[in-house]
Amino acid sequence: MTDAILDSTRPAERSPDDRLRTDPERPEWPNIHAPDTHLIAADAGHSRSQLLRRLGRNPSFVAGAGLLLVIFAAAVSAPVLFPGDPLSMVARPLLWPGQDLAYALGTDSLGRDVAAGLMHGARVSLLIGLVATTIGVAVGTAVGAVAGCRGGRIDDILVRIIELFQTVPSFILLVVLVAIAQPSITTVTWAIGLVTWPTIARLVRAEFRVLREKEFVMAARSLGFSDSRIVIREILPNALPAIIVTTSVMVATAILMEAALSFLGLGDPNVVSWGSMIGSGRELIRTAWYLTALPGVVIVLTVLSLNLIGDGLTDVLNPRLSKE
Amino acid sequence: MSNIQRIGNTFRRTILQAIPTVIGIIVINFFLLQLAPGDAADVLAGESGSATMETVAALRARFGLDQPVLLQLVAYLDNLAHLSLGYSPRYNLPVADIIGQRLPGTVALMATALVIALAGGIALGIVMATFAGRWPDRLISIVVTLFYSIPGFWIGLMLILLFSVKLGWLPSGGAATIGADVSGFDLLIDRARYMVLPALSLSLFYIAIYSRLARAAMLEAQAQDYVRTAAAKGLSPLTITVRHVLRNALLPVTTVAGMHFGGLLGGAVVVETVYSWPGLGRLAFEAVMSRDFSVLLGILLLSSLLVIVANMTVDLVQAWLDPRIEAR
Amino acid sequence: MTPLLDVRDLTICFPNATPVRNLSFGLAPAEALAIVGESGSGKSLTALALMRLLPGAARIASGRVRLDNDDLLALPEVEMRSRRGRDIAMIFQEPMTSLNPVLTIGRQIAEVLQLHRGLTKAQARREAAELLDLVRIPNPERCLDDHPHRLSGGMRQRVMIAIAAACRPKILIADEPTTALDVTIQAQVLELLDRLRRELSLSLLLITHDLGLVGQWADRVIVMYAGRKVEEASPGILFERPLHPYTRGLLAASPRLHDRLHYRSARLAEIPGNIASAATQAGCPFAPRCPDRLARCRTNVPDERDAASGRRVACHVDLTESSRGLHHDAALSY
Repeated sequence: MTDAILDSTRPAERSPDDRLRTDPERPEWPNIHAPDTHLIAADAGHSRSQLLRRLGRNPSFVAGAGLLLVIFAAAVSAPVLFPGDPLSMVARPLLWPGQDLAYALGTDSLGRDVAAGLMHGARVSLLIGLVATTIGVAVGTAVGAVAGCRGGRIDDILVRIIELFQTVPSFILLVVLVAIAQPSITTVTWAIGLVTWPTIARLVRAEFRVLREKEFVMAARSLGFSDSRIVIREILPNALPAIIVTTSVMVATAILMEAALSFLGLGDPNVVSWGSMIGSGRELIRTAWYLTALPGVVIVLTVLSLNLIGDGLTDVLNPRLSKE
Repeated sequence: MSNIQRIGNTFRRTILQAIPTVIGIIVINFFLLQLAPGDAADVLAGESGSATMETVAALRARFGLDQPVLLQLVAYLDNLAHLSLGYSPRYNLPVADIIGQRLPGTVALMATALVIALAGGIALGIVMATFAGRWPDRLISIVVTLFYSIPGFWIGLMLILLFSVKLGWLPSGGAATIGADVSGFDLLIDRARYMVLPALSLSLFYIAIYSRLARAAMLEAQAQDYVRTAAAKGLSPLTITVRHVLRNALLPVTTVAGMHFGGLLGGAVVVETVYSWPGLGRLAFEAVMSRDFSVLLGILLLSSLLVIVANMTVDLVQAWLDPRIEAR
Repeated sequence: MTPLLDVRDLTICFPNATPVRNLSFGLAPAEALAIVGESGSGKSLTALALMRLLPGAARIASGRVRLDNDDLLALPEVEMRSRRGRDIAMIFQEPMTSLNPVLTIGRQIAEVLQLHRGLTKAQARREAAELLDLVRIPNPERCLDDHPHRLSGGMRQRVMIAIAAACRPKILIADEPTTALDVTIQAQVLELLDRLRRELSLSLLLITHDLGLVGQWADRVIVMYAGRKVEEASPGILFERPLHPYTRGLLAASPRLHDRLHYRSARLAEIPGNIASAATQAGCPFAPRCPDRLARCRTNVPDERDAASGRRVACHVDLTESSRGLHHDAALSY
């Protein structure tokens, strides 16, 4: 039969079997053909200032960053505004918020200033959240990168280990680890880092597996660059958007985990923490519910700010995930 | 390939895949148990209060605790093979028995929470996808982001404050009215009243996850060519959504539901302590407080096995929902 | 003869573009009409507009689509829904993705039978098996319980045709029905469509970019360029003596199209420029690429007018028969 081809985009050769030939022309139906994340990432990386401008216009990111900034400022200024030990008794117990303006947010059953506790608690929460996430991301990226780049047997083994850690309920493992190691800021931080790394490892492995097959990596390889150079200069920067988005959510998760731990009494007993404030306030929920409510609100705001930042980053760095 | 055959093949495959994971978990468990300060002999000696070095050594020998680590691992595996998780001096019961008593409570709580989370999440996701970009979508998105940021234990306390303390509608803790002699429908109502708040507290976070996911999956499915085919058949938008879009959109939601089962278990630990719910979570809390590591690690082991079972279930549901999944 | 389907002045627009402008054509009962054009010419949007299934941002700005005595564009949506699949059915370019992957073939055919013909589940299943037999799918009973991924692209397109033909529609729109298929399968699918057209006496609207299909399977051809009809004729006449410079360019660009076209050059001719440049400019959309353009082609859009032997063309150039041969040669020597 005759074969007149008008369509310039149509591939010239045909496959012998009867199967789909993908047609790169724009579909006229508004099909969300998920664009390649990595291509977008590469595009997004072209102009850093443009990226920042897009972030600046993203309402989620702006709201989240603003909120986090306030909490960060509170954490930094806590020793200045409340120089004393937040765990020491400063006033009459169980002052309600507003009752005494010197203790605007009230005092707990031991006469400790709630406002001081909240601001010092911000230091602990943010510190643990950031350091634990750094540990998790470092371990996860290392494991994921090795698994994704090497492939083969090493990949099989590492995937098994990642799966293993993803199967064990992470919070229960966290409780066990902290209980065994005795709770302190250091042990809690390490334990959170150790239970969260598989998330990032899985992600990095998946990204690396895709990226290492990309043309620009092939090109670098054909030029004889060393593996480490290819990983650091070519692959990692392109996997970064996905890692960054996940990291912001991981900080939120770490803060939630720390709060839950200290709520259960598994936090560092020597520092004030939002979770432990709720834990000690719950006994008085019938009479002094503000002791439970206030630290909770602060946790929600902190976690919310991080999640909003994560949403904003997803919108800007990874539009595929938020496509309407 | 028929449905049954497909599901059967998937079942075989997932069982085979689960075996190394189970072994790995058991080994991890054993070494964590080794790391735990004090062993069963110390605990027993502590309980009796008047133990000498000799009696402790005798106890160690009796439990095989003076053996090399590898031999102990073999003994541990042997015990596990006989479904023995060790003995808890505090409860004066085998660990397996204690956990067995508490397991149904947790499973019931988690199942209820999961059902609420899936139903609520998918419903919200459908609404958001239907109104994508318009105000119902934006409003629900904001609420959902908030849900995503609330610690379960805290919302639990706030719900107690509102519904038990202030309004007095629902009980603040426990699983059933103590001493109440009810049966049939009344029993069900009684249990439900105790279940509502804990299950809700536990599910809120997952409602957030599933609704976002369901929204994305619905939008993705709506844009597929087969939806256009369905429209060309003259089907109504409702029929298209229910028959053609929803089932395809459910596939990613079930996958993620399985992935979050472990998280749900972890959340149950905290929520159970808030509501004094007689389940594994509160048992874990009690075990931590009394440094009863054999119970704690028994819970870790069992909850990991629960996650494996949940993952297998998800695989089976997937095989049932998606005919493209065949034995690989 | 009054056409079965009468499209008048159809204009489709996007917020910032007008991909189809003042398109008019008719479709007679049991006729096979082909609309030919390159991608971006607006042919697929035209097909979707007839079904009132335009994607998101596109809408029908003006025009009339008369089927029997109703203007399809003026019907309430609910009424239009009852026509889709019953009076006017459509098959699409991508058989691989046009069937729902999680439902059985039988269910997807029965669905339309239950909806429009009120059959029971059992009746619909029986009928579905007959339809599969009609579209020559081997072992129809077994195929009913299969899921789409078990079938090849050609088989899936047959299933799509079975769904479209299920309610004996008056009109079947086939939007690039064979583009995604392998050559040998293409012929089979088109043969099937042609047979159904005769057996069920339905009118076929074939949307394609493939001039080869037109010659063999269409009674009449409309050539579209940048949202406008540039020429309309029966395929024999069109191939023998293309009038519009675009049509001539197309034919020249088509290898081995017609035995009576003899190539003097081994090099494949091409039409310079591209269709995108035509979207926004004033005057004849083809003017920038046209070898014969006159001064007014840049400013005035040519009206469609009758030419000899029942054909219509939209061009300012004097298209007398005598000048054709000369231009024909010119077209071939780009």
